[in-house]
Amino acid sequence: MTYDVIVVGAGLAGLTAALRLSEQDRRVLVIAKGNGATHLAPPVIDVLGYAGDKRIESPQKALSGFVVSHPGHPYANVSADVIAESLDWLSRRVPELGYQGRLDENWLLPTAVGVPKPSALVPESMVAGDLRRGGRFVFIGLRGLKDFHASYLADNLARAQLPARVSTRFIELEPPHDRNADPGSVGFARRFDEPRFRDWIVQALAGQLEPNEKVGFPAVLGIEKAGEVWRDLERRLEHPAFEVPLLPPSAPGIRLYDALARALRQAGARILIGDRVAAGGSEGGRVAEINALTAARPVAYRANSFVLATGGFASGGLELDSRGSVRETVFGLPVAGMPDAGEPMFSPRYFDTHAVSRAGVAVDARLRPVDEKGKVVFENLHAAGAILSGAVPWREHSGNGISLATGYAVAAAILEHAAPRIRVDARD
Amino acid sequence: MTEAVRDSLDRCVKCTICESFRPFSKVTPLFPGPKYVGPQAERYRDAGMSADHSVDYCSGCGICTQVCPQGVKIAEINSQARAAMWEEQGQIGQVQLRNQLIARPSVIGKLGTPVAPLANWALGNRTLRGLAHNLIGIHRDAAMPKFAGRTFQRWARRHARRAADKTVVYFHGCGTNYYEPAAGEMLVAVLEHNGFNVIIPPQDCCGLPLQSNGRFPAARGYVRRLVANLAPYAREGIPIVANSTSCGLMLKREAHEILGIEDEDLQVVSKQLFDVCEFLLFLHEKGELRTDFQPLPLEVPYHAPCQQRGHGIGKPALDLFALVPELRVIELNIDCCGIAGTYGLKKEKYDISMAVGEPLFRQIREAKPEVAACGSETCRWQIEHGSGIHAVHPIELLYRAYGLDSPSPALRERVGERVEKERL
Repeated sequence: MTYDVIVVGAGLAGLTAALRLSEQDRRVLVIAKGNGATHLAPPVIDVLGYAGDKRIESPQKALSGFVVSHPGHPYANVSADVIAESLDWLSRRVPELGYQGRLDENWLLPTAVGVPKPSALVPESMVAGDLRRGGRFVFIGLRGLKDFHASYLADNLARAQLPARVSTRFIELEPPHDRNADPGSVGFARRFDEPRFRDWIVQALAGQLEPNEKVGFPAVLGIEKAGEVWRDLERRLEHPAFEVPLLPPSAPGIRLYDALARALRQAGARILIGDRVAAGGSEGGRVAEINALTAARPVAYRANSFVLATGGFASGGLELDSRGSVRETVFGLPVAGMPDAGEPMFSPRYFDTHAVSRAGVAVDARLRPVDEKGKVVFENLHAAGAILSGAVPWREHSGNGISLATGYAVAAAILEHAAPRIRVDARD
Repeated sequence: MTEAVRDSLDRCVKCTICESFRPFSKVTPLFPGPKYVGPQAERYRDAGMSADHSVDYCSGCGICTQVCPQGVKIAEINSQARAAMWEEQGQIGQVQLRNQLIARPSVIGKLGTPVAPLANWALGNRTLRGLAHNLIGIHRDAAMPKFAGRTFQRWARRHARRAADKTVVYFHGCGTNYYEPAAGEMLVAVLEHNGFNVIIPPQDCCGLPLQSNGRFPAARGYVRRLVANLAPYAREGIPIVANSTSCGLMLKREAHEILGIEDEDLQVVSKQLFDVCEFLLFLHEKGELRTDFQPLPLEVPYHAPCQQRGHGIGKPALDLFALVPELRVIELNIDCCGIAGTYGLKKEKYDISMAVGEPLFRQIREAKPEVAACGSETCRWQIEHGSGIHAVHPIELLYRAYGLDSPSPALRERVGERVEKERL
């Protein structure tokens, strides 16, 4: 099969690149071994939340200094303007989530463990949770939902370092036992899609909310009808309502995946989930094809350009073997960002920054993987997202920001430089 | 457990992505999800005893394996655990007898075909279905195909083969043979229209229903007999096409991964086996597919069945449909129709199966189409049952677009020649 562009990986970076290219009438295939971080993490776009231990209020202002002190960071290859553009683009492209925010200020949202989390662009269903101006918050626990404990959240948040005074409390509800519901977040999100379940919630909270309180729910306010669910609750509770991100799986993250995949299909792109991908042939310094490892045999897919968006260690884009060597799993690309020989890769404490976490693929200004000498490996191979070296996303709070901005920038690089698109005339 | 499946188990990082799909646990608490009954429960099965009986409610749709980013063979782990559990429960009892019966489509086909009018009447008779429901455990409302009263094999033996320089082997499966012989005839016509000599060797069931009902030794027997018939052609490098997506997947991968068959016959057949839409699209890539399609002004909802997605070939039917003028396709994006082969026939699982399929039925009903398209026969029967809309194999639409349905064979020849000349 022949495409203009083949994107390997179906997380935020891959989907962003694919949709941008499809919008420009490129024939695009997204191929991935499975689903990615969209299903695990909330769809908040953290561009830059922390520099060292310092919480950042404006990524816009912090970025120039951050890039100087972190020269190998993925943001060194995308300007602040491009990052800002990518945020605008996503807000417009998935109106279903009603994204709000800008590059020049971070929201500050409560998480399920009551730690304030800075993020640049957040779905409308999370906006009212903003802690920056303080206020009164009440968190709603749902008995039976695992991994969300409203009392714990309310307690921790009351003790957190916040820019303004916050008062917190919780209400624990015991929703009717539904033998068809599972105790996970996706199961509860499906129950919220049903109007009857919301009726019960609204009745249970009647008379319990105090004036000026903002009402925090676990992030399970619907999957298919999410916008409607959140608006319905706000209207009927007559209080601002918001979602608090949870442990995986992520109902709001699945909404983002569904919205992007829907847009991709509408734009004519193909999505193939389930095949491991292996390198195929190359010609004259260009990748000619990749192999999809189908049920019976490898099948070659050809394209003018390729985007590697397979993610880092967690998603299988990188592998660390028992002898301590790191491998990029599709093309065997050179891996940068590893600690020097003899230096430790890991810190003894789990939540510390581990040196190995900066490992990944180094790229040039057009986001093409380069070798140790800075030479481009393949003329038409680009990389985006967590596969890029130089970042520690869970420390910096930069994961989705890097994926969105580099996915967006990769598409621009391909549109500017790649060979003209193939004309596919269906009725030859 | 087979080695490939066992090795994949350690890759599970408990990320829960499979748990967020799982169409069956969405609608029933009896199936707690693929991770729970698979990678998690597997730790307790070391002693050889089944720790967990909810794996019975896994349908084997395979979506968990597809969406797993780590490459864990979740559905395969569950299939093997289910078989082991049923083995422990023994072979006697209503459920076991029922599962033995519905897992042998070619036996049922051979019995029903000569007495088709009677058998079809019986399948439509409420009293008899009520009896079957209570005595055998086949749900009284479950979708049952009608016996055609003739077999595709019989047609194939009488069908005059064409001299052609290209040859392909057709693996038609039991659904085509006993229930939808016309679907097989259309497939042969489409391949012949593209200049192929179509060989149709004698063939029996692929063993998939036995596998999904936990009868592994019997299933292996069916696989070995089938691949013994197909392997000689595969060794000559002749491609084998299948129009049943699930039977095709059985030979491509499941017989090896789930049943653990390592035979060389199976290996060579797997390598040569193509889903028919996959095969036609490869032809098109090489510029060898005839594209003399006439306009087909239809709007057709298309459902890619779970087992077809298991092939890992994307949705080749969509690319083929795009070649047909005026054919508008609605790509449905629903995980599963609920039938899962024989799962939805069982009286204790029918309601679950219909609830799983409801979003699909609703989308198809809302489109108000003349026909829907789907590559698996059991899914088509389920779609018709649930939505009331006639469902066809994608090949039938291509057959119509080629104009193979309307003109006489002689006229068809002349049209074909004229089109060929125009192409030159």
